[in-house]
Amino acid sequence: MNLANMVERTNSAGLTRNDYSGESSTLCKGCGHNSISNMIISACYELNLRPEKVVKFSGIGCSSKSPTYFLKNSFGFNGLHGRMPSMATGALFADTTLKGLGISGDGDTANIGLGQFKHLVRRNMPMVYIVENNGVYGLTKGQFSATADYGLSLKRQGQNVYLPVDIALEALAANATFVARSFAGDPKQVKEIIKAALSHEGTAVIDIISPCVTFNNKENALHSYSWGKGHEDPLHEVEFVPSRDEITVEDFNHGEMREVALHDGSTIMLKKVDKEYDPTNRKEALKILADAIKNRWLITGLIYVDPDAANMLDMYDLPETPLNRLPVEKIRPSKETLEELNQKFI
Amino acid sequence: MQKKLNEFSILVSTVNGSGSATANNALMKAIFKMGIPISARNIFPSNIQGLPTWYSLRVSEKRHLARVDEFDILINLDKVVLADDLKKVKKGGLVLCDQPLAPELVEQFHGMQLPIQEVLEKAESPANLNVYLMNMVYVGVLAALIKIDISLIEETINQHFSHVEKAVKPNMDVVKIAYGMVTNEMTEACPFELEKRNLNEGYIVTDGNQAAALGALFGGLQFSAWYPITPATELAECLNEYNPQIRNDPETGKATCVIVQAEDELAAIGMTIGAGWAGLRSMTSTSGPGLCLMAEYIGLAYQSEVPVVIWDVQRVGPSTGMPTRTSQGDLTFSYFLSHGDTDYVILFPGNVQECFEFGWRALDIAEHIQSPVIVLSDLDLGMNNWMTPKFQYPDLPIQRGKILWEEDIEQILKKNNGKWGRYTDLDGDGITYRTLPGNTNPRAAYFARGTGHDEFANYTEEPDVWKNEHDRIKKKFKKALEIDPHPILERNYHGKIGFISYGSSHYGTEEASDLLNAEGKAVDYLRIRSIPFQTEVNEFLQAHERVYVVEANRDGQMAQILMLNFPELAGKIHKIAYLDGLSLTAQSIITCFDDQEKK
Repeated sequence: MNLANMVERTNSAGLTRNDYSGESSTLCKGCGHNSISNMIISACYELNLRPEKVVKFSGIGCSSKSPTYFLKNSFGFNGLHGRMPSMATGALFADTTLKGLGISGDGDTANIGLGQFKHLVRRNMPMVYIVENNGVYGLTKGQFSATADYGLSLKRQGQNVYLPVDIALEALAANATFVARSFAGDPKQVKEIIKAALSHEGTAVIDIISPCVTFNNKENALHSYSWGKGHEDPLHEVEFVPSRDEITVEDFNHGEMREVALHDGSTIMLKKVDKEYDPTNRKEALKILADAIKNRWLITGLIYVDPDAANMLDMYDLPETPLNRLPVEKIRPSKETLEELNQKFI
Repeated sequence: MQKKLNEFSILVSTVNGSGSATANNALMKAIFKMGIPISARNIFPSNIQGLPTWYSLRVSEKRHLARVDEFDILINLDKVVLADDLKKVKKGGLVLCDQPLAPELVEQFHGMQLPIQEVLEKAESPANLNVYLMNMVYVGVLAALIKIDISLIEETINQHFSHVEKAVKPNMDVVKIAYGMVTNEMTEACPFELEKRNLNEGYIVTDGNQAAALGALFGGLQFSAWYPITPATELAECLNEYNPQIRNDPETGKATCVIVQAEDELAAIGMTIGAGWAGLRSMTSTSGPGLCLMAEYIGLAYQSEVPVVIWDVQRVGPSTGMPTRTSQGDLTFSYFLSHGDTDYVILFPGNVQECFEFGWRALDIAEHIQSPVIVLSDLDLGMNNWMTPKFQYPDLPIQRGKILWEEDIEQILKKNNGKWGRYTDLDGDGITYRTLPGNTNPRAAYFARGTGHDEFANYTEEPDVWKNEHDRIKKKFKKALEIDPHPILERNYHGKIGFISYGSSHYGTEEASDLLNAEGKAVDYLRIRSIPFQTEVNEFLQAHERVYVVEANRDGQMAQILMLNFPELAGKIHKIAYLDGLSLTAQSIITCFDDQEKK
């Protein structure tokens, strides 16, 4: 047995990459969502996360089918259209050591689920919320979603006459504490952002342009591969450095560097590409999104982060033992307590 | 003069937002403390200030606590409704209002003008409080006239204001001055009188919403998400109030139950089901419109087998309907909730004590059968103060059902040669073993879904698998009968005719049964407390020639469901169904019964 090979194939949790895999995807060949699933697998593998420490959630649609294609050893719940945020919110109270990972689509988030999405963000429930955004309904065969670009033509729908919803902007308007945008055709960035999101102690929204090869991949469509490849405009290069790794200056000595320290001791390293961008400045974030909409820029990277904001779990003084493991004696008050209450009502 | 003793009714009409609730509760509780059975109902508008609101009291040594249509005493502080109110007062009744009675009415009633201005001036109370304190004038006057022990009123007001002297004193000053202005002659002339009894030993006074909240907290509730809606809001507010008091861990002070106000009912049920799936004992509370919004999610919980309790405090629908009026109109909807084939355990608390009991029991049943349990309370039970036997401590330890943690999985795998999946029916009762997020056994995880799935929770559209899975799920509802509450034979007059009723219609039905019996018509009465029906329901139908199902809705929803369940007995089932937003009176039940019996 070649020991060296074995060491190479397992991470420090002692797991192989295959331990993070799922069922084979039944989505179309070339679907951006498959690439994202792969990056989720890579991110979790490289972070040495134990799959049983992750809980997956999804709504309805092509995107929402994908949680079965990764992390087969994680619990998960495929809920209702647009209403995954509420389900995740309730479930994540059961054991706060678990990391929530929500997968949604543009229809699931920006159409039917806009309300739940914004309230999840407003409460800042710690979880990763990925929108696999392709501007189109896939499972029902090609209708416009709320993120479809203005003027887009689809085979049986004609032209889209409404302006699109910008998911990152909606998140920011709801006071999101982590907003990123990426492109499924840029897997390295997708992976690094997912890693950072998994360390963020709040709702981490990642709007990933994830082309639908079957229904919305025309050259000039904003959600197509060719548009993305030709127009992706990264705000910075993103590198996630987990807490246990020491940051060595040599790795990042080219160009200017910005560091964002997260609560678990990890750091997001942002390397300047061509312009200055400060993702901790909400005003700047709102401006860059407005500019991007105006100029049809596909900006990607970490748009905004506030690692110190209070989150929903901070609002409750929960015990160390997960609530779902509390013994029954801990959840029923005593007979004497009831007797005192009875006295109050006489 | 022959006085009516301990058996009469009082109607108080005021303007809402004027603080009359304090005065009315003082009357109710003081009479309760005198040991005489009493019931109280608030009939109020969907409005905050300025519209008429009524409060009725029924004092009854015979323990008849249903609503009545005619009153012995009227207290009226709202001129706008005086003429209508007077139509509800029996001849010879007592009328107290803030103006002299018209001459043509003086002969019909014992009238008295309430000395409101005089009392307030004497009391020298702060002018800005007068609008509230004026209600205390009728408390004092009525206390003197019908002989309510004034020290008990003081006790009640002290309780109400938590013994804060600054609040108690101005109120009691007014009560005492008003009390003192009633002469002995006036009291002598009053046709109604109270006399202390000892019939309320072991009883408390509270409402069904509060009882439900406390019941759930004693049932080990761990998660509740809710959205404000009349008449259910108070239930969640009680959870908020009592949760920190009684459910923080006595050793660590940490919270063991989480309450979240959601952004709407869609989210409230979503959160509650998410929590239920993850292993928290979960409940949401709502009313009809909210239940409509929750329907799809409850179908998901049924399909993915998530335990959750939905507590519906019914109001009048459809649509916005009458938000502040009571009904039993959500039964059919609950019974068939969601598209596709479904089944639910539905519980019907018939009194406040049962609101407490079903508060904890519903959580046990939900976890036992891993499915949604719907509790149908209503505004009459939920929002009115009732005298009720003291809350009984649960007689069963908390039942968590079939949950497997790390080691349990190993054992079950050993026992079954490695064969076990989330939906494998190992025990043949349809109820499978579930695991909860956080379980680190490599076999523990599964992907729950609303889509078709096999016993390992994997997606499938296989025809046989779908059919088998749903035949299995059906079996769980047989199992539920083992722990669902049984019906109660409330009256057994050994008649050939029977009443069936449930929920708050109990009070009118029980009284109707008694009154009919007194007329020589023996009508037995069975109170249903749960669906699916226990065998006693079938037996009761079998044993009677005709059975009238009494309920507060238009179409006779329970009667229809009984006909569906017992088609061979459907010919025996008759409806006494009536909905006008008020709880049923014995008289209206009897009228409807007699009309049908004549045919």
